[in-house]
Amino acid sequence: MRFEDEPVPGYPLPILPGHTSPGRFERVLRAGGFAVTTELAPPDSADPEDVYKRARVFDGYVDAINATDGSGANCHMSSLAVCALLTRVGYAPIMQISCRDKNRIAIQGDILGGAAMGVCNLLCLTGDGVQAGDHPQAKPVFDLDCVSLLDIARTLRDDHHFQSGRKISFAPRVFLGAAENPSGLPHAWRPQRLAKKVAAGAQFIQTQYCYDLPQLRGFMEQVEALGLFGKVYILAGVGPLRSAKTAEWMRRNVPGMHVPDAVITRLSGAQDQAREGRNICIELIQSMREIRGVSGVHIMAYRQEESVAEIVDKSGVLRGRSPWYPERDASQYSHRTAS
Amino acid sequence: MYAVRLWSVRHARGLNAFYRGFEALLVRLHGVFRALGYERIERPVASIEKVVKGLLFDCRMCGQCVLSSTGMSCPMNCPKSLRNGPCGGVRADGNCEVKPDMRCVWVEAYRGSERIPGGVESMSKVQFAVDQRCQGRSSWLRVAREKIETNATPKGAP
Repeated sequence: MRFEDEPVPGYPLPILPGHTSPGRFERVLRAGGFAVTTELAPPDSADPEDVYKRARVFDGYVDAINATDGSGANCHMSSLAVCALLTRVGYAPIMQISCRDKNRIAIQGDILGGAAMGVCNLLCLTGDGVQAGDHPQAKPVFDLDCVSLLDIARTLRDDHHFQSGRKISFAPRVFLGAAENPSGLPHAWRPQRLAKKVAAGAQFIQTQYCYDLPQLRGFMEQVEALGLFGKVYILAGVGPLRSAKTAEWMRRNVPGMHVPDAVITRLSGAQDQAREGRNICIELIQSMREIRGVSGVHIMAYRQEESVAEIVDKSGVLRGRSPWYPERDASQYSHRTAS
Repeated sequence: MYAVRLWSVRHARGLNAFYRGFEALLVRLHGVFRALGYERIERPVASIEKVVKGLLFDCRMCGQCVLSSTGMSCPMNCPKSLRNGPCGGVRADGNCEVKPDMRCVWVEAYRGSERIPGGVESMSKVQFAVDQRCQGRSSWLRVAREKIETNATPKGAP
């Protein structure tokens, strides 16, 4: 899928009727495309080139890049700054906002600031507890939770005022997202929690890793039964597991993560476990594309970011389309100037 | 107390029924409260509320009680102060991500809500951001005042 009016880096696209953001990510989803997103781990550095280097490995394979906000409660470059750097050269970032580190005054300021810098997508998260990260001595804020944050972001966008009621003169034009964990407890209530997020303003959902396809299918059926298809775009979370040992470790230590035994057995039986991990990921993506209501995948490949391009390529889910990246149309442009 | 808190969730149905009656009484006492002066009785009432609800629910006195929508499991005991449901990090055994020895407040809330008629639906209602200024103030007095005010003011009236 290619939009004829895309893009001049740093300039917003026109907002199409029925859209809330001038971004490419919303356009891909609303046009019925199967979207691919991934995650950029912000560097422990103040060098912008470290951000660009990390973004370039995804060129041509992803529709949007999540900039994590102190993920795992570890300190890194801020998501707002990463997004601002990315939009400068035309990337479509998804700015993650966690409620752990900031109160509503700071968060609303960041939403306005992000939108002013060209951020078109927000992902509203609660955030991991501080005990999980490198600064367990820090004060957890949690002034809001992900649902009240969604509500506040939507109010800023649609009603043009802060939570206090004070008016803003130009609303942030953003596409709002939230996370969900289909494997999380209490299983029976998870789809309703998603409904709650949609009611509060979520337009897209990126899920936690899903290695259990029957569970994901069951979850999606319940989501459909709640009448949510058409109201929200759901991107299923996936990622390559490096080895059986890593998988076991993640299952034990990453909160809310579920890896079925069958996956671990398959990994441990393989000669090249990392390759097998990528194969599993590719197969999962292909199967997810067939699940009703799944509008895309969100690939989280922490410390294996360079494998994302190969995974997307081999899965074939882009069906030949090449998402925009800074140099994509360079040859075309130079051709034009020459002629 | 943790054990009492879990007991309260197991008896969510009865406690909720009791609270319904108690709330009706509070609303009826509005005239008395007004005559005494809401601000004057705020501190004594809040301290009684703190003792009673502290014992039963480990109440944190957020001042905006939502126990009826959370199966009698106080959401302010969640280390992330979540008021709209569990985070994604609930452990496989149903315990808290942050405090591994504590039951997830929201896993308990769901159990309690299933016991209350209409509890699951009301748990699915969006709770807006808390007003941190209400911290330490009485929810009971707030309910008495607000119910009367919302009933007295027809919808759409200025």
